[in-house]
Amino acid sequence: MASHTAVTTPHRQRRRVNPGRIVTILLLFGASIFMLAPILFTVSTSLRTPIESFRLPPEWIPTDPSWSNYRAVFDTIPLGTYFLNSTVVTLSVVIGQIVTAALAGYAFARLEFPARNFLFWLILATLMIPLQATIIPVFVLISEVNLADTLASLILPALASAFGTFLMRQYFMQIPDDFESAALLDGASQWEVFYSIYLPMAKGGLAVLAVLTFNGYWNEFLRPLIFLTTVDHFTLPLGLVNLQGYMGTGSVSVVMAGVVLSLLPVLVIYAIGQRYLVEGLMVGGLKG
Amino acid sequence: MIEATSPAVQRPGLLGRLTEPTLSGMARRRALMGYLFILPTLLAIILFTAGPVVASFGLSFFQWNVIDPPVFVGLDNFQRLAQDERALTSFVTTGKFVVLAVGLQIIFSLLMALGVQSLQSRGLRSFFRTAYFLPLLTSAASISIVLAYMFHQNFGVINFYLGKLGIDPIPWLNSPGWALMAIVLAYVWQQIGFTFIVFTGGLTTIPKDILEAADLDGATGLRRLWTITIPLLSPTLLFVGVTGVISALQVFAEPYVMTNGGPGDSTRTVVMILYESAFSFLQIGYGSAIAVVLFAIILLVTALQFKLSSRWVFYQ
Repeated sequence: MASHTAVTTPHRQRRRVNPGRIVTILLLFGASIFMLAPILFTVSTSLRTPIESFRLPPEWIPTDPSWSNYRAVFDTIPLGTYFLNSTVVTLSVVIGQIVTAALAGYAFARLEFPARNFLFWLILATLMIPLQATIIPVFVLISEVNLADTLASLILPALASAFGTFLMRQYFMQIPDDFESAALLDGASQWEVFYSIYLPMAKGGLAVLAVLTFNGYWNEFLRPLIFLTTVDHFTLPLGLVNLQGYMGTGSVSVVMAGVVLSLLPVLVIYAIGQRYLVEGLMVGGLKG
Repeated sequence: MIEATSPAVQRPGLLGRLTEPTLSGMARRRALMGYLFILPTLLAIILFTAGPVVASFGLSFFQWNVIDPPVFVGLDNFQRLAQDERALTSFVTTGKFVVLAVGLQIIFSLLMALGVQSLQSRGLRSFFRTAYFLPLLTSAASISIVLAYMFHQNFGVINFYLGKLGIDPIPWLNSPGWALMAIVLAYVWQQIGFTFIVFTGGLTTIPKDILEAADLDGATGLRRLWTITIPLLSPTLLFVGVTGVISALQVFAEPYVMTNGGPGDSTRTVVMILYESAFSFLQIGYGSAIAVVLFAIILLVTALQFKLSSRWVFYQ
């Protein structure tokens, strides 16, 4: 009887051949071609000699890849130095933000002190402030303390953020209080409660913050453009735009080789932290 | 051992209060720790965000070229801005850009998210997600070099393939109207992955049983989308609208790299004028006035979106 009712129950078949579904997949494929084409174009042009780079239709998958552009880009501009500069700035900012956000997030989530909520809302309110509303005074300040045209001018103002504080507070608030009282009974100090118990449990939040911050500062352009003047201090995006400026369209394949190389670290970070990046964008999304 | 504050051990007086691990002592230590923990963040935000916002406001009342001492000029910078044809054009250009860019971004990313969510194959879903997300990992400045090359009137691939479809070469970067469109397309291409991911997140929060109930009631396809899915998604739409407008108002790298504001001033955005005034011409006061007006516009538009949202946003 039971099996009989199961058979007669009208239920939708999971895999019916639906023309609408096929059209959806085709349209989504069309969109993915548009989304991927510029990236594929960058890679394939970087593997063509400068003369061939003008040929139309472009060879999307180079049959005879030439790696000469990758050598040429290092010969034309101090790309190694740009890489080093971008790495120093990005890693310093990522480490700084992880430390400051972990501390502040923990304090706002789990420690009680007078004016806590007021201070938290004060910090949260600055989330609304765009970079442009602060950059002129920050530039003046940086110049006053003789830090103009240094990597420190990019690092120092970015060591803490309202976004990071808010994100880490959310993560710490999700962890139950019980762990703290248990640890205190075992004789742990307040610092140990934070460092050995709660911090490891908020690793996911730190990873989200690290991946988002890396992506943002590795690719940032406006601040380096304003703060840096010496070519040897440039970060990658600034150095590449500068390269394109003085070479004109002639050796665009050399520029493309630089663009491909500068994309690689972000791709690696994305491959490692893909789910953190996506999660971070869903949680906050106010960055950048 | 647990109750260290049992009356037998407790010693009254100053010495007792300092040595006994009383509750108030612990609370005090926790409070101290709290202040120490937030100190770096608080200092950084006061020094590099809160302070500078106030300073921007203050500087907008001065004339200052960094070298000579600043001169108080009252509202002169704002009066100058109200008559500065070039700056006013940049506000109009930025406005057009925001409407086009955010509109396209929302429509296409919503369609993409709906499409991908409807797929049953996990592999296909993750392929599309990665493909749509990838541009967000590029630097807007660096990839704009590539896009400018692709948009080139004679050598660009875009016109080449349009030519195959029988369309005459479009002067993408050489005519005022098309140049703004090229900047919009470049920006939307780079940013759409973000809105796509947010919509995808929003769609997963819609309860399946509501959609199935709608199916049984005969509301399928477009009708279900319009009467069920979109209203349930409206908080996400508000979020995407607010964050999208805020970041589009600040567009800089794409026009700076692809057209340098041209042809003429047709793609010169507010942030480009701000950059030029403050950092090329060293008119700190005038640049600050532009920054203050931009910030005010961002706040106003955001407030307006939230106010209007009560008419169309539906919270479950």
